[in-house]
Amino acid sequence: MPDEMLLHLPMVNSLLERHKGSAGALLPILHEIQEGIGYIPDVAIPEIAHALNQSQAEIRGVISFYHDFRTAPPARHILRLCRAESCKSRGAEQLAAQLRERLQLDDHGSSADGNISLRPVYCLGACACSPALELDGQVHARLSAERLDALLDACREDA
Amino acid sequence: MSLYLPCDSLARAVGADEVALALAGQDLQRTSSRGLYWLEPLLEVDTPKGRIGFGPLTAADVPSVLDALKGEPSAHPLALGLVEELPYLKSQQRLLFARAGITRPLSLDDYRAHGGFEGLNRAVTIGGDETATEVFDSGLRGRGGAAFPAGIKWRTVRVTQAVQKYIVCNADEGDSGTFADRMLMEGDPFLLIEGMAIAGITVGASYGYIYVRSEYPQAVATLRAALDIARANGYLGANVGGSGLAFDMEVRVGAGAYICGEETALLDSLEGKRGVVRAKPPIPALKGLFGLPTLVHNVLTLASVPLILAKGAQFYRDYGMGRSLGTMPFQLAGNIRHGGLVERAFGLTLRELVEDYGGGTASGRPLKAAQVGGPLGAWVPPADFDTPLDYEAFAGIGAMLGHGGVVVADDSLDMAHMARFALQFCAEESCGKCTPCRIGSTRGVEVIDRMLAAPDQSGRDEQAIILKDLCDTMQYGSLCALGGMAPFPVVSALKHFPADFGLQSSEADQ
Repeated sequence: MPDEMLLHLPMVNSLLERHKGSAGALLPILHEIQEGIGYIPDVAIPEIAHALNQSQAEIRGVISFYHDFRTAPPARHILRLCRAESCKSRGAEQLAAQLRERLQLDDHGSSADGNISLRPVYCLGACACSPALELDGQVHARLSAERLDALLDACREDA
Repeated sequence: MSLYLPCDSLARAVGADEVALALAGQDLQRTSSRGLYWLEPLLEVDTPKGRIGFGPLTAADVPSVLDALKGEPSAHPLALGLVEELPYLKSQQRLLFARAGITRPLSLDDYRAHGGFEGLNRAVTIGGDETATEVFDSGLRGRGGAAFPAGIKWRTVRVTQAVQKYIVCNADEGDSGTFADRMLMEGDPFLLIEGMAIAGITVGASYGYIYVRSEYPQAVATLRAALDIARANGYLGANVGGSGLAFDMEVRVGAGAYICGEETALLDSLEGKRGVVRAKPPIPALKGLFGLPTLVHNVLTLASVPLILAKGAQFYRDYGMGRSLGTMPFQLAGNIRHGGLVERAFGLTLRELVEDYGGGTASGRPLKAAQVGGPLGAWVPPADFDTPLDYEAFAGIGAMLGHGGVVVADDSLDMAHMARFALQFCAEESCGKCTPCRIGSTRGVEVIDRMLAAPDQSGRDEQAIILKDLCDTMQYGSLCALGGMAPFPVVSALKHFPADFGLQSSEADQ
């Protein structure tokens, strides 16, 4: 186990201590770990399992069930293009093709330099102004090909 | 001179924060959104006659708007006149969204000045029996999509004895084309809190959870801040609104699983498990969260309760038609000129909604269909647009009203692609508990692929028969609405748009 992973343990343990006694706390725990570290490191799993009196398999089962949880560090930028019905009816598929073409990545791809990850998302609640995407937690709606390019340029510049 | 600009996440996604920055130094209040999203960012300004509006604005328009305000505001090219006189808004029946665009989301004073907590006060005065009766008599039905009578759930949980009962608000608004829950949570959080507090003291539940999807971070933050304010002011805690009864609650955040919008999967998720659907019975009202009696309602259902209490069941019943009573916040989305929220009594037609309010397609191309009720809803062709928006009338045409979302599509949208997507999405999001949904969705995608790749008509017809048979199995054999309704968009696309699948209409209709 790499040493840097062990550095996360005090944070994980204090968080587990805080959630002790709170019912059904696994999702809040996982969210907090991911928020603090950027992902859920392997080293946290036995600790969570022990604290909640569950098996490691149960914890891993939950992590893998939910799309949000990551077990590896994320890219610098995360771009989630909405691919649901409302955005599809306003050209989301063309924007998805534009992304694939420009970044040379598939819909779930991450650039080799760790700069950007693509993830599809199914509805951001911005449907009255489709199409929409979320870039690093910020929603952008009424997208056009030009605006998508401008957003990608901005990601490139601070790479 | 007071200026008002929404802080709603969609208004911000189209540039409201940049407009606010350009207005630095002005007396600016950030309010909720009116839900007239095609006009966002929509700036409103106090005048003796009422608030006048400008929109959709960009930061670059701000100097000219400020200039116009010194002279003749209506001369500005983006001037809209009195906002409440805009036909889109004026013709609505805003009960649930009465405060939308007017109040600041986290101002308790604003909330109270506009009728806030009148419902809770009355519930405390009349007591649990009468409160439950009011909800029952109002005819309110679950707004999440299933439309189950709310009053029956309340009575069931109320009479069930247990050491602990719960209120759970399903705020996992995952359906494309819907945003009313988001708008309400971001814009009027105290209304939901008041509704849940009334529910808690009425059914004897002392704790509640709001399960919000992770895609709505602003709703989560707003609700959490509102909970602290409500608690500090005695609307939550040991003595809710002076009732002598305890109720408190917290916000829990989902993690990107569509299936957690299904109530039993949501309960499992709240318990810290994978969001796997439970078989019913037992119903959650008897054995819900942690096996205890739980009142599970959608955001809009709970948020309707304060009004019903404040104005009485009869007031609410006077809106609507048949067994669909009250108002419904319809949501216009997709390829639509005037996307936004339209709260009206049940009974207006889909055509009025899409054409009169929506103004037709945004692209200007011919209208092809509207998907009503989210990704599991049927595609309704224009020929059926005169159907009144009513739960039973929609069931009558093989569609459903669901959560009131309407996604409009023009003639460029390929319905075979959309049918394939519906099944692919189902395969992706299936919890895997029941076979028709888990296996059927994947087989369905394969069948559509084979159909589209078939070299001739008879090959396509053969696959169409298999697809319809498979959809039948999914519809009747699945455990919950995901597998049970994913066939709706498929079968409706096949029926109304056979040409998109390379089929001739006669075969597809058999």
